[in-house]
Amino acid sequence: MTMPAAAPRPNGRLRWPFALRIEARLDAPRGLATAVSLGAIGVALLLGALILRVVGGDPWRAYGHIARAAFGDVGVFSDTLVKATPLILVGLACSVAFRMKLWNIGAEGQFYMGALGSSIVILTGLVPEAASRPVTLGVMLLAGMLFGAFWGLIPGWLRARLQVNEIITTLMLNYIAIAFVNFFVFGVWSEGGFQMTATFQRAAWFPRLSDLADQWPGLRGLTTHFGLVLGVIASAVVWFLLYRSRWGYEIRLVGDNPKAAEYAGVNITRNTILVMMVSGALAGVAGMSEISGVVHRLQTSISPGYGFTGIIIAWLAKLNPIMVVPVSVLFGGLILAGREIQPAGVPRLIQGIILFMLIASEVLLRYRVRLVRVAAER
Amino acid sequence: MMDVPLAVEMRGIVKRFPGVLANDQADFDLQRGEIHALLGENGAGKTTLMSMLAGLYKPDAGTIRLGDETVSFRSPRDAIARGLGMIHQHFTLIGPHTVTENILLGMDKPRFLLNLAEYDHSMMDLGERFGLQITPTAKIWQLSVGEQQRVEILKMLYRGVRVLIMDEPTAVLAPQEVEELFKTLRAMAGEGKSIVFISHKLQEVMAIADRITVLRQGRVTAPGIPSASTTKEDLARMMVGRPVLFAVDRKPIQAGDVVLELEGVCAANDRGLPALREVSLKVRSGEIVGVAGVAGNGQREMADVITGLRRCTAGRIRVHGQDVTNHPALQMIRNGVSHIPEDRTHVGTAPNLSITDNLIMKTFREPPLAKGLTLDHHAARKKAVQLKAEYAIQAPNVEVPTRQLSGGNLQRVILARELSLKPRLLIAMQPTRGLDVGAIEGVQRLLLDQRNAGSAILLVSEELEEIFALSDRIVAMYEGKIVGEVQTRDPETIGMMMTGGKRSPSEAGAA
Repeated sequence: MTMPAAAPRPNGRLRWPFALRIEARLDAPRGLATAVSLGAIGVALLLGALILRVVGGDPWRAYGHIARAAFGDVGVFSDTLVKATPLILVGLACSVAFRMKLWNIGAEGQFYMGALGSSIVILTGLVPEAASRPVTLGVMLLAGMLFGAFWGLIPGWLRARLQVNEIITTLMLNYIAIAFVNFFVFGVWSEGGFQMTATFQRAAWFPRLSDLADQWPGLRGLTTHFGLVLGVIASAVVWFLLYRSRWGYEIRLVGDNPKAAEYAGVNITRNTILVMMVSGALAGVAGMSEISGVVHRLQTSISPGYGFTGIIIAWLAKLNPIMVVPVSVLFGGLILAGREIQPAGVPRLIQGIILFMLIASEVLLRYRVRLVRVAAER
Repeated sequence: MMDVPLAVEMRGIVKRFPGVLANDQADFDLQRGEIHALLGENGAGKTTLMSMLAGLYKPDAGTIRLGDETVSFRSPRDAIARGLGMIHQHFTLIGPHTVTENILLGMDKPRFLLNLAEYDHSMMDLGERFGLQITPTAKIWQLSVGEQQRVEILKMLYRGVRVLIMDEPTAVLAPQEVEELFKTLRAMAGEGKSIVFISHKLQEVMAIADRITVLRQGRVTAPGIPSASTTKEDLARMMVGRPVLFAVDRKPIQAGDVVLELEGVCAANDRGLPALREVSLKVRSGEIVGVAGVAGNGQREMADVITGLRRCTAGRIRVHGQDVTNHPALQMIRNGVSHIPEDRTHVGTAPNLSITDNLIMKTFREPPLAKGLTLDHHAARKKAVQLKAEYAIQAPNVEVPTRQLSGGNLQRVILARELSLKPRLLIAMQPTRGLDVGAIEGVQRLLLDQRNAGSAILLVSEELEEIFALSDRIVAMYEGKIVGEVQTRDPETIGMMMTGGKRSPSEAGAA
């Protein structure tokens, strides 16, 4: 493909002597992917600045404000990490499913089911109030995973056995899950008619940094909770699963070429169901972690769309479980700053442009763009 | 233009694709009002030659003339504007739209208001003129393949083509539909239109064509000879009978026990139509059985059934005497059946995974690669490095994704994986297709080594010389049946058998 950088003059005397040439890349140098991604983010920020300038704002002040509001001091950074925690887990949930080209956009619903599952064991008294913290949290975690996995099993089974499009089923199951949780919050465990249940016992709370303030006063008021540790552990586990386990190899094989996987004797039906369950379980852990770490009870609107942001995060991390962590922190910061400076305004716009640029930049990994002298080409 | 007898003249056409010379100094001419068959094996360059006439590719050398004028098309649109249209094997119709809508798609008129009823009428009229029965308001998905083909023809007629190129038009048709198509083609020729009929079926070509051009390995071996002055035997020879380019050293060895036994095996193709009809076959250890045939006559389905990738609807399959009918693919791998699939990129490899990941596709479940539930990636890498050296896979390292490999190297990856399993039975589908001469020889040598080591090999190839060079026994396949075992290594006889020509009565009785 060759396209002239400027239209040639009809008389041919004055011609722009260069042309852009786009060629397929045969091999990518090391670090190219990282460089291209960082470049894309840079371009996105510049574009955002341009838009801010055009509408009359001061882009550098806006960016400065966002940075301060999200990463400015230990306090806000701690809040950023709180926002990042569920994002890491749903981002991992999406990454696992997307690796096998299963388009699970139901992490939101699986998140709610996980939250419901972990609350049920408390609210029904399945875990006695006197139970120790590790036992309580362990049972909650397990219940959250099971509920989330079940919410992944339904579309997984439908896809594997009946070829039902999982995009539709997972999307629809989101609404069912949210309505289901609402039913319990309003109808069964409502606290005095409010849209929330009673606060859970302390044993059901994740430890926070501020719990350690007695020993280290500097940690006072920091809300970062144990869920973050869970998220980081999960990202390592998912990485190991995908790249170092036999099952992960099967997932990658099916994701890249289902026909080759079949030819290699991989059971695609079983893997489809299992991967959807693992994906659902991870999103369920995110729901559990929000309950235990942030709200300490079951209530409506526990998620401002974490499950959907997870899709973007998985994509920006290029489905790499380790990269999910920093990307989530960045997005956690943007969410926090969004609240600070303008709800649903500039930070959302920047999120959108970043995503757009990163996806558009993929082409640079496959093709190289060169400026060539027209004369040299002849 | 009216008194110019030649509608199209192609001279000295050369077309190269990476590693392949598709057309080599090919000449072709087409007269007004004739049906001209372009005959040749798969891969002979028929479609490529005509694609250049239809504006899909540009020739690397040579000229195309329409009447007195030399032309150079930039796109199929250019070609259609000059009255040249091509109908491909895979139709380009939109399922949920009606016949009329499909025909109008991409046209300048109607501009905004569709007024479909009026156009429905003109479609009907046009169809009747050429004996094409259609319902303009029917949706494409409701139509049979034959009817869809009629829509494609109408599309071209509506665009006013004077030269219609049809790529293997009968491949998808039932016999009675073929008759109807032939009537239409004759009606079109009667109106002064020229038709190029690409085919590898001798009988059809003899039945429909006024003249025949035969291509072999990109070169013209018979330039536009009148069909009245030739015979099927001559055509078969010109199509497939070429001298063996090089001979591999094949020492006779004593075949051992029966490894693979097919008994009355039937299977359906992807569209659910019968593709294998009661195939019975035996392959012994230390023996290469060559299956000669034109692609699409059940070879792929046979390979799939044996390797557990396709259901066997009737009959039995035995490996070493053990009934393995409809065992799943994983079981067949464990039964010691290796498979070199026909489609390297879509079946044989995962293009975005590394060479290592592609090499361990069948061994990752067992030690030393598997360690409990984990995969020892050091062991995998070591194995890959070793195979890369042993099978001379050309790549900077084993982390390279296989999509970056050339066809020959990709095939080496597959061979390395399949042969290193030390298979008892190897199903080799078109193992050298698209490879250059050097690579072909290497692959053939590997297959022979495997035979000498005692494997049973079922070799499916469209290259007769390859079948001749490697096989201990040869059978011919046509329309899902084994039409007979070939005793003589005579290209003419076998060419006739694999293109559905009539065999002598005694042979027919024996099959």
